[in-house]
Amino acid sequence: MANLVMTEDETMLADAARGFLDKSAPVKAFRDLRDAGKTHDAKMWKEMADMGWAGVLVPESAGGSDMGHAAAGVLAHEMGKTLVVSPFLSTAVIAATALRNVSDARAEKALAAIATGDVTYALAVDETSKFNPEATSMVATREGNGFRLSGKKTFVVDGALADRLLVLAKTDDGLTLFDIPADRAGITRNAQNMIDARDSARIDFDNVEATGEDVLGQVDSAMSVLKPAIEAGQAALAAEMAGLSAGAFGMTVAYLKERKQFGTVIGNFQALQHRAAHLWCEIEVTASAIVNAGRLLDEDPDNAIMAVSLAKARATSTAQLAVQEGVQMHGGIGMTDAYDIGFYMKRARVGAEWLGDYGYHANQVAKHRGF
Amino acid sequence: MQSNQELEGFRVELRDWLEANCPAEMRGGEASESSICWGGKNFEFASDAQRDWMERAASKGYTVPTWPVEYGGAGLNRAQEKIFKEEMDRIGARSPLDSFGIWMLGPALLHFGSHEQKLHYLPPIARGEIRWCQGYSEPGAGSDLASVQTKGEDKGDHWLVNGQKIWTSYADKADWIFALIRTDREAPKHKGISFLLINMEDAGVETRPIKLISGASVFCETFFTDVKVPKHQIVGTENRGWDVAKYLLTHEREMISGGGQGLSGGRALGAVLNESLGEGQEMETTLRADAMRCEVDALATGLTLERYKDQAEAGTGAGDASAMLKYMGTELNKQRHELLMAAGGSDALEWDGPLGNRPADWLRTKANSIEGGTSEVMLSIVSRRVLGLGA
Ligand SMILES: Cc1cc2nc3c(=O)[nH]c(=O)nc-3n(C[C@H](O)[C@H](O)[C@H](O)COP(=O)(O)OP(=O)(O)OC[C@H]3O[C@@H](n4cnc5c(N)ncnc54)[C@H](O)[C@@H]3O)c2cc1C
Repeated sequence: MANLVMTEDETMLADAARGFLDKSAPVKAFRDLRDAGKTHDAKMWKEMADMGWAGVLVPESAGGSDMGHAAAGVLAHEMGKTLVVSPFLSTAVIAATALRNVSDARAEKALAAIATGDVTYALAVDETSKFNPEATSMVATREGNGFRLSGKKTFVVDGALADRLLVLAKTDDGLTLFDIPADRAGITRNAQNMIDARDSARIDFDNVEATGEDVLGQVDSAMSVLKPAIEAGQAALAAEMAGLSAGAFGMTVAYLKERKQFGTVIGNFQALQHRAAHLWCEIEVTASAIVNAGRLLDEDPDNAIMAVSLAKARATSTAQLAVQEGVQMHGGIGMTDAYDIGFYMKRARVGAEWLGDYGYHANQVAKHRGF
Repeated sequence: MQSNQELEGFRVELRDWLEANCPAEMRGGEASESSICWGGKNFEFASDAQRDWMERAASKGYTVPTWPVEYGGAGLNRAQEKIFKEEMDRIGARSPLDSFGIWMLGPALLHFGSHEQKLHYLPPIARGEIRWCQGYSEPGAGSDLASVQTKGEDKGDHWLVNGQKIWTSYADKADWIFALIRTDREAPKHKGISFLLINMEDAGVETRPIKLISGASVFCETFFTDVKVPKHQIVGTENRGWDVAKYLLTHEREMISGGGQGLSGGRALGAVLNESLGEGQEMETTLRADAMRCEVDALATGLTLERYKDQAEAGTGAGDASAMLKYMGTELNKQRHELLMAAGGSDALEWDGPLGNRPADWLRTKANSIEGGTSEVMLSIVSRRVLGLGA
């Protein structure tokens, strides 16, 4: 069993990330972005790339920092605490992992472009309101040496602004993953007005041309490339949600120590103490599942699926508890837009759905435990 | 630090040893209060296999794998301990010996005891020869444990102990008791308690079993009438017994949280539930959903126990982690047994019926969130010491 303590390097990375984010990306930065109607901060993404974050999973030979999945989780966790908006999960984690599982010169070039922060990606998998890649119905019809893609994708996170799309479609004998520029003829992107004020799109593909070059990995076997990418994304998203929980919890406990009613701070009421203590316990337990998933993805990626699902399931339920308790213990002010706790609630709901909800992941765990 | 090669060597050796020495009857099966090997002079082994397993394990120090060899352990480090657990889980081996000596007194003695005390008291615990019970609670001192009133008068070379303990698990079966005794009645309540070791065969010690809702009588009232306790039978300093008591409680809480048996004895809840369904019967949807949630939580809680051990090894341990583990682990164990009862349906409603101990075990788990400090007390500890609320 992996060692579940953070390494010295990871602690240093977390501290460095926190230092940077507290300065450049406090919750206020997210609020400003939202108020400006924006879902991407190109300048900040460039800074993150310069620190090696965009290349966290890119090999050094392609210019990456190659720090691994546990480290990606550390970064996602810190970003989650202050609701940092960036293409980190879609690009640096999911796309980079997919490309890394393809060993050709084209993938190497794509990875290099991710590491520099020059190219961003979005994963276009969902077609219905629930995550279920196996049930993909979008088709890629063979035409000469290439394909024609037609169909609809929804909840494409970072999809309105991404430079490139990873698109999952049905081919003759299975599923195939395509890596295509988002502005290719026949693609229509409709930005969704999301509750978490982040980038997501509905995307229509109308007879979109794709060549054999655009196929990531082998035709009809998308999963050998996509499965590790999705698992990496799920683990990092779980880490982000654990960070989000910690952020919401920190705000809440601070408020318990400050707000006075009945002549005393509300943190003196045992009813609230026990709710806060319970939440802390849940957060601690989830933290273990998060580290474990990162470790397994680094050390034994072929057998990480249960650990990843355990992390995502726990992170989902904990984040939902954290934000609900957070709002409740703030009273009326927690319901106002001017106060930040509501942002956490909305992001938690989106995170809960993305890449598989609680039921999806708990079910994966159960299957691996034989029921 | 050992090389991976050395660790793998240890694994291979251990695996072979387990294969040769862990009797088939001591593998698999759902852990139950009634299947525990407690050891002690009065213990009746359930089978030869149970006795063999305990004795063979003790001969290698595997009843207390992490204790130093000179005190009866195997001296395993953290990396070896993980391998030990993995290999035990792999064959579903039951714990060869579980006792309050191992889980509570042992760690306290290792921390606070003198070298002579360790040499005297620890090896018989490791070999399963002496069984200990815990004399903490009194009729007036439950959650407010520091208000214990059983008193010890200083008589020069001994204390004269008088008073009553209650809820003393297995006091009627135990050979010795570790007890919280008020040795200074003037001092503030936390500052006048001593941690004494008392022989249950001494004149003036009496026990009276109390029947539980599960039908068993695992706990007792324990009476002390003019019991003479020699001065060397104190652990730690006179009147500073509260420090020992608290330290011991952290280990007790870890045990109750599931550290002893593993939350599910290493077995998946679903697998156990499936077994209780009839031929061709499918698990009902809400039961499966509840079981999934319970399994997710149990796996993550199990990982947390491991993470805390890793942290302790790295010297970065969280002080009051045991309160958290105790709270989460016991609440989960209660849920688990609710699900086992639901899966059993009417078969689970008979004492010693088709599902054996299931109803008694279910009822027993209700004490998990009471004994060793209630869930509410655990939450209060977390809120005060970790969150700094209501300080
Ligand atoms: C099966 C079993 C085995 C046991 N074995 C042993 C043993 O071997 N040795 C031993 O010494 N003891 C043993 N105990 C005793 C156990 O430690 C006590 O029962 C426990 O500490 C609670 O004390 P109490 O029963 O007096 O309950 P009380 O303290 O009276 O508690 C009653 C209720 O009030 C709540 N409460 C109390 N104080 C507070 C507070 N400040 N804030 C909020 N809620 C509060 C409690 O959580 C509980 O819900 C055992 C108990 C059981 C059930």
